[in-house]
Amino acid sequence: MKIVLDQDKCVASGQCVLAAPDVFDQRDDDGIAVLLREQPVAGEEESVREAARICPAAAIRVEEA
Amino acid sequence: MSTRLEHVVVVGAGAAGLATVDTLRREGFPGRITVVGAEPHRPYDRPPLSKQILSGQWEPDRLALRPDEDFAALDAEWLLGTPAAALDVTGRKVTLADGRVLGYDGLVIATGVSPRRLPVGHDLDGVHVLHTVDDALALRRALGVGTRLVVVGAGFLGCETAAVASELGLEVTLVDPQPAPMTRQFGPDVAALIADLHIRHGVRVRTGTGVVGFAADGGRVTGVDLDDGTRQPADAVMVAIGSRPVTGWLADSGLSVGDGVDCDQDCQAAPGVVVAGDVANRLEPGTGRRVRVEHRMNATEQGTTAARSLLGREARPPGVPYFWTDQYDVKVQVYGHPEPAARFTVVSGDPATNRFTAVYQRDGQIVAGLAWNSPREGRALRQRVLDGA
Repeated sequence: MKIVLDQDKCVASGQCVLAAPDVFDQRDDDGIAVLLREQPVAGEEESVREAARICPAAAIRVEEA
Repeated sequence: MSTRLEHVVVVGAGAAGLATVDTLRREGFPGRITVVGAEPHRPYDRPPLSKQILSGQWEPDRLALRPDEDFAALDAEWLLGTPAAALDVTGRKVTLADGRVLGYDGLVIATGVSPRRLPVGHDLDGVHVLHTVDDALALRRALGVGTRLVVVGAGFLGCETAAVASELGLEVTLVDPQPAPMTRQFGPDVAALIADLHIRHGVRVRTGTGVVGFAADGGRVTGVDLDDGTRQPADAVMVAIGSRPVTGWLADSGLSVGDGVDCDQDCQAAPGVVVAGDVANRLEPGTGRRVRVEHRMNATEQGTTAARSLLGREARPPGVPYFWTDQYDVKVQVYGHPEPAARFTVVSGDPATNRFTAVYQRDGQIVAGLAWNSPREGRALRQRVLDGA
């Protein structure tokens, strides 16, 4: 699984951090999401899919291997 | 579920409709899915319309809610550019405006809202509403430097439009009968800050006054007449006075339709019929109140619940409401329902420094949290709203 984050679309809602706190974080100044890792470790896949699903800006895409 | 679910018709090709299709496929539904859309476009994102699209930062291709290959993978049939005209719940049939009739086993109603209009003026050239991407592009073409724009309605759309237009160099007037912009949405304390923000950016804020008519010359708008007897000169007018659920096609359906389509907490309106998004008037789990929500996160959440409901799966508990607005260099993010009458308290930062968070309390209970240019701190408010403390 590979995670693609479009920071230009991101609206800084932080919903991805709530869904998958070990994979996503937010920048201090403007809250734009950052990826802590492009590939989730085992057990994180479902929360990453959830983050992509609920993102209010459709800024996260999950490419299943 | 009474009949076997072989064909699902989704009426409405916006974010909520797409979320139902997504969920049906993710949950393994193997049958046919037909999506009916009034607009000629596949599902696209609306929040950027009054932001990046209006400002010209983005072109419409950036709005697509999925890349082409992901749309294809959903294996749905898209009937676009044709609204639904009637529903027969007993016979399980939807009639489209072009006369086509679609039978279904499961129906998703996700027709959203359409902009409210003033009783007069919308036949004039230069008078705009903003709901679709085509509306946004038409308004964008009218936003030349020096143009005098009057924005009628200081809610989300009106305030965001005023901000974009002012930054593009237009002369902007923002009119609303409320005492300050977004009073109804955020209460008086934040509304005063929003008013300041617009005034600092050169917008003429004319709150506490409503529109009574338009001045025109040769079918083109030249001014807006206010109820204080003044006339605001205008080259263009944008009317943003809220929206109405799109339910006209359900008039003879037998469904309970008032402010939207009534549904239970699992988004069910009738056997085999579910509702999602802006059009859904849903029984709120826990409180038993009816709530209709016009926010982006709600579309995804209810779309998911509605699809699970059609499949006979357990609905997930709804999340904490979340919405936001971007105006100039300010991002306001909100969790919960900020009731205008609730007690407003700043809990971190300082409005004077343009960064703070605050809570809204009713009877000592936190009902909403608001973050002003404080996205990370704002995230912590969600838990406080959940806990009520």
